[in-house]
Amino acid sequence: MVWEELRFQALLRHADDRLVLGHRLSEWCGHGPTLEEDIALSNVALDLLGQAKVIFEQSIKTDSDKRSVDDLIYFREIRGYRNVILVEQPNGDFACTILRQYFFDVFNRLWLNSLQSSIDKDLSSFARSAIKEAIYHERHTKSWVVRLGDGTKESNERIQEAVSVFYPLSYELFSQDEIDQKVFSKGLLPNTACFEKVWKEEVALTLLEATLQFPERISTQTLRGREGRHTEHLDRILSEMQSLARAHPGASW
Amino acid sequence: MTSGKVDDSLWEVFLQEKNNSGHVHVGSLRACGSEEALQAARDVYARRGSPISIWVALSESIVASTPADAPSFFDPKDAKSFRYPNYYKVPRTLKDA
Amino acid sequence: MTEASRQFDFEGRIARDEKIEPNDWMPSRYRRQLVRMISQHAHSEVVGMLPEGNWITRAPSLRRKISLLAKVQDEAGHGLYLYGAAETLGAEREDLINLLLGGDARYSSIFNYPSVTWGDVGVIGWLVDQAAMVNQTMLTKCSYGPYARAMIQICKEENFHKRQGMEIMAVLSAGTSAQRAMAQDALDRWWWPTLMMFGPPDEESPHSSELIGWKVKMKSNDELRQWFVDLAVPQAEALDLQIPDSELVRDNKTGHWISGPINWDEFRSILRGEGPCNRERIESRRESHLEGAWVREAARAYEEKCRKKKALERESL
Repeated sequence: MVWEELRFQALLRHADDRLVLGHRLSEWCGHGPTLEEDIALSNVALDLLGQAKVIFEQSIKTDSDKRSVDDLIYFREIRGYRNVILVEQPNGDFACTILRQYFFDVFNRLWLNSLQSSIDKDLSSFARSAIKEAIYHERHTKSWVVRLGDGTKESNERIQEAVSVFYPLSYELFSQDEIDQKVFSKGLLPNTACFEKVWKEEVALTLLEATLQFPERISTQTLRGREGRHTEHLDRILSEMQSLARAHPGASW
Repeated sequence: MTSGKVDDSLWEVFLQEKNNSGHVHVGSLRACGSEEALQAARDVYARRGSPISIWVALSESIVASTPADAPSFFDPKDAKSFRYPNYYKVPRTLKDA
Repeated sequence: MTEASRQFDFEGRIARDEKIEPNDWMPSRYRRQLVRMISQHAHSEVVGMLPEGNWITRAPSLRRKISLLAKVQDEAGHGLYLYGAAETLGAEREDLINLLLGGDARYSSIFNYPSVTWGDVGVIGWLVDQAAMVNQTMLTKCSYGPYARAMIQICKEENFHKRQGMEIMAVLSAGTSAQRAMAQDALDRWWWPTLMMFGPPDEESPHSSELIGWKVKMKSNDELRQWFVDLAVPQAEALDLQIPDSELVRDNKTGHWISGPINWDEFRSILRGEGPCNRERIESRRESHLEGAWVREAARAYEEKCRKKKALERESL
């Protein structure tokens, strides 16, 4: 693959993660457990969508098909999407949403922290700005993980279930294939495998505080979201998300 | 807290803007504890403008003067004009020096 | 001080345009009417999240998705400010919400209509939010301090909502023929319900004169409705859209646009709960509230544990 295509594909992964996760969070708008939390979740969604926007805008600079950001979002087929499987999972209940978000938030803070050293000035400047909100997201979701874990018996069971479901999906965030390794070696993007250990340690501390445990047995499912192999969940997301734009191809909104 | 009961309590929110003003009361919200209240205040009240600081306080901890206090607390300013510069006559030559 | 002299003082303060604050003496009826009015307003904001919230996941561009999410998020904030204002009068948010979910409280009739196209999202921002602003601008001067201040804050934020809606409509009416038809269709369905938002005609409005006397309302339903129509008609013309009122005519003497007759039967049936979405709106809110109960319970339980731990630590020192 030529450098331009490598760069495009690598950035797409991180843009897609944030787009899909932001979209999932936006499903809570109007349905949150309290008005305060409805607003808080929407804030995180808006921040993630904003991060996706910046990364998409960077990615299209080297897209050989010269697509716009909206072209990528609304007219790409499912096999063109490069997000991790974790982010396309249904929201489930509030415990599921918060736990999945917490896992991603710890990763995002580590990723943005490392991205500040990118040789690409636009990406490093983006990271310096975005890490501030990422730190807040982590503080917010960590607070909820602890509250729910150490709250009532019911909340503990719900979030423990979420840990069991989402922990096995989290390793995909740290996988590095040839594309990732090439862009890392050129100083463009972080090597996410490097922070898997620290991620696990930090998450472990939070789970301890929350009176939660890692699952005993972890099924080793092969996750290939980075290669465009997704679950039916993303199919449903895209069917909904893309429906109006696709009904009027060529229209401006 | 005076009562032993924990509830999702009412908190008052005060926001300080970048322009060197003091904290201003902006509204209230519901939260169980102080960290929850602080974060909710950030999410609900600090989305616009340039806030630099948030205070949250339990509504029940606010001590307020009552309307009955007003007459004796807040006497009319013009009766104490000696607290204002214009009460004092200074020759122009001194004022302009 | 006797009740009569307190009443006399209160009326004097209203006459002098002084604000009534939470700890001030007020007639119990004033308090009750304000709780009813403010909580109804709060319920409207929260239920009002649903017709547009419906379209966030289908917004056809990233810009639209982000703006619509930010806008609907603001409505939650408005509901929150208003529940807060009602609480300054001694009400409790949980009780007010339970009244809504039990069908014992009202909210704006307009949110009982379905939002079935993207054009509806545009019209809601352009017309419904603008109509709300007409009402809210008046309320920024209302006699009850916390309500007036909440209105000032809400009006500041509502301005972006209207602009967002206008932008959507401008793009649609300059777009493809399908988009222009979408815009016109949405206007056809939302125009009359928006006029009804201002409430029944003055002669049928039971609370109005009392509220005007207390300077809680400063203008009548019909005056506000007229103000809105005069704003919206030239805007529709600028958008190259037809107001669906064949009897709409300009009074050249006054400059006002005079509407045709409003179908008040439709309004009354909505108030009785017979509108297209009444049941769904409340069901949706009830579901969210019930689903959220275990979350709120967990937060309380956790906080209680923290307090007990701190108390034990203090004792052991």
